[in-house]
Amino acid sequence: MPPAARPSGPLSAVLCLLVAGAARAAAPATDGDWPMPGHDFANTRYSPLSEVTPANASKLKLAWSFTTGIEKGHEAAPIVVGSRMYVVTPYPNKVFAFDLTKAGRSDMVAWEYAPKVLPAAQGVACCDVVNRGACYANGRLFFNTLDGQTIALDAASGKELWIAQVGTIHKGETMTMAPLVVKDKVLVGNSGGEMGVRGWLKALDAASGRLAWTAWSTGPDTAVRIGPSFRPFYPQDRGKDLGVTTWPPDRRQIGGGTVWGFVSYDPKLDLIYYGTANPGIWNAEMRPGDNKWSCGVFARTPATGEARWFYQFSPHDLYDHDGVNENVIVDLPFEGGARRAVLHADRNGLFYVLDAATGEVISATPYGRVNSNRGVDLATGRLIPVDAKKPTTGKVVRDIAPAAAGAKDWQPMAWSPRTRLAYVPHHALAMDFEGTEASYIEGTPYVGANVRMYPDPVDPGGGNRGLFTAWDPVRRRVAWRAVERFPVWSGALVTAGDVVFYGTMDGWFKALDARTGKLLWKSQTASGIIGQPVAYRGPDGKEYVAVLAGVGGWAGAIVVGDLDPRDATAATGFVNAMKDLPSSTRKGGALYVYALP
Amino acid sequence: MKALVVLTLVCLLAGGASARTLRIAADPNNLPFSNDREEGFENALASMLARDLGAGIEYVWRAQRRGFFRESFQGDRCDLVLGAPVGFERAHVTAPYYRSSYVFVTRDGLAIASLDDPRLKTLRVGIAVVGDDGADPPTTLALARRGIVDNVTGFSVYGDYREPSPPLRLLDALDRGQIDVALGWGPVAGAAAHARPGAYRITPVTPDPDPLTGMPFSFAIGIGVRKDEPALAREIESFLARRRPDIERLLDAHGIPRTAP
Repeated sequence: MPPAARPSGPLSAVLCLLVAGAARAAAPATDGDWPMPGHDFANTRYSPLSEVTPANASKLKLAWSFTTGIEKGHEAAPIVVGSRMYVVTPYPNKVFAFDLTKAGRSDMVAWEYAPKVLPAAQGVACCDVVNRGACYANGRLFFNTLDGQTIALDAASGKELWIAQVGTIHKGETMTMAPLVVKDKVLVGNSGGEMGVRGWLKALDAASGRLAWTAWSTGPDTAVRIGPSFRPFYPQDRGKDLGVTTWPPDRRQIGGGTVWGFVSYDPKLDLIYYGTANPGIWNAEMRPGDNKWSCGVFARTPATGEARWFYQFSPHDLYDHDGVNENVIVDLPFEGGARRAVLHADRNGLFYVLDAATGEVISATPYGRVNSNRGVDLATGRLIPVDAKKPTTGKVVRDIAPAAAGAKDWQPMAWSPRTRLAYVPHHALAMDFEGTEASYIEGTPYVGANVRMYPDPVDPGGGNRGLFTAWDPVRRRVAWRAVERFPVWSGALVTAGDVVFYGTMDGWFKALDARTGKLLWKSQTASGIIGQPVAYRGPDGKEYVAVLAGVGGWAGAIVVGDLDPRDATAATGFVNAMKDLPSSTRKGGALYVYALP
Repeated sequence: MKALVVLTLVCLLAGGASARTLRIAADPNNLPFSNDREEGFENALASMLARDLGAGIEYVWRAQRRGFFRESFQGDRCDLVLGAPVGFERAHVTAPYYRSSYVFVTRDGLAIASLDDPRLKTLRVGIAVVGDDGADPPTTLALARRGIVDNVTGFSVYGDYREPSPPLRLLDALDRGQIDVALGWGPVAGAAAHARPGAYRITPVTPDPDPLTGMPFSFAIGIGVRKDEPALAREIESFLARRRPDIERLLDAHGIPRTAP
């Protein structure tokens, strides 16, 4: 399709909404776009393109590539609208716009934007200096910088429209998440629970960058934006100021609950959904109580930020099991009829199906090996903890599954309305907690935690740490799965051609049959892949699949940080599980784009 | 040939006494330990060490947070860090040049010496806390195990880095009357008390180690040397042994309280 045929300007806002209707009714003119990180508001990562199929995927070839020149972990999704592609890099958060009509040529960079980012932000970020990408709406491109700025650019020219300083690194806040634009609001959240940061989601006016509202994750109801329209499904989430009373006095100030995952939106219910991270202060004994509103999911009205419901995956988290993993909004056919549902594969090892309107738990089922909880009591909605696996200072607790990194971390899953399967990139790690010594002395360098992660010894075993699971949320079972040596730290992509894509940390980009899991094709990249693959229709009308390579992130810290493999507790114990990664890949960011010949 | 000799001579002269430089990683905003005006006791120790070795100093400033050692030693190729707990695995840590402990800090005649003092259950207690990164000072758990939770206020050790020396906010809270007792690391409290004689009462935390948690409150601190510099480590060990009395005087001058091994 020629670029001139593409609507731009104000029309694109309509586009965004149309695409947001997810897989069901994408307009033909836009079905080749990828305007936001999860493709659509529902966060499906499902592309309606169907040129690449299990029959021809083996013929995929590299169409073009681009080196970013940055050596940190590249987690972003390339954003494609019309004949333009936009890529945000990790710190220093450069933005590249490519003219896809010139793809592969030396003049394909339409513009490049380099924000002013405080270098000190690198020392504040917990887990590499990643960025999860931009969001396009209404002719504007929105993204966050590591040092807490939200920036709007004119998508055509790369001209800066506004900059909003929403977080401060001086208090330990960083920003790594990708914004979501809903109507006239840009939704952004903070990172930095490691530094005792109190979490928030902010809505900025898309035209001006002015703050519209802030919803804190802890504190009194007014700060959390809980009012008369808040109707959580379970009684433990009802009551006044639970963001205060479920903490010891004052503790909520450093309460965590940061908002660094993806935001979803359901236009039908007019609700946004996002997860909150783990509570502040690692030592759980200093924060008795449920520690609301950490480790859960909020449904809010986007116009005002008012909370509609909340569900807590992990009350009083003991394991660093943030609740930030993405929420995918789908219609699910159950025996009693179809239900609008939120799909969520949590760090705690359970795959949740929640009622999107009420927050009721329809089901919660382990999708990997779990021994730290016994699932959810469906009568009360509460997670059932296992006392023997409680990390306790002064005690050595072995074989806690899943580990601190959970059964799945940030890496987003995809959902196909055709196969009705969720494609979950994740990992299989267990950990030992050896809480035997004081670990912090003021004024002396950080001494580190006594956590060691390692490949789950039972499932899949053999030292394998990665799983790519096709999960049937109605039958609550694995349809098929692929085993990988390293954690699958990339996002997933599924297309209407019934092909799924993901990347591995040792640098293989793979295409599998979405129905059977059969490996159809793979191609090697110079560095390991932790980015979010996307599919788009090029100006020539062909289907392209794009992914950023560039190993890093929490799992890849051993490579980008040149960590010592003998330093088992580095990166909160993750290094211990990744000793063989440096011999399997090299650092360096690059964009790879594939197509059929 | 003659030109080369001359050149060499010029280089030697120009280099002078500073031909050798110690690259030191330090926090620019972390008194009483260090700051970029070199007012901390670690800065003073660095100067003494450099003079003793006939070396110059080049500071590499970095906030002391996660990754401090890794980035200082690997990325920036620093030679040393002036305060590292003995036994710390990410550096060659020399023999300790001081040993201190966590202390109770009080004002106005209040005296607390033991974690088992029943008044701790009702007094307003302040402690330093870390985020959710898997580490806490030993005081955190000691209080929690005694059921002293609701009357405890946590002060982030990272604080707001725009303010001078964020760890001192714990003592500011005591000054303001927001808390009655602070539990802090000896050097932080000791230096503050030294600067304001008579303002605080400082008492080492007992029982040490804590039978309820098994955790000690006293720690021995040495100089952390990059692991591939054993010759430098030996020189520093020798310096610490030879200049013991001078170092003691330096620590006294900054009010750093010490405990016996």
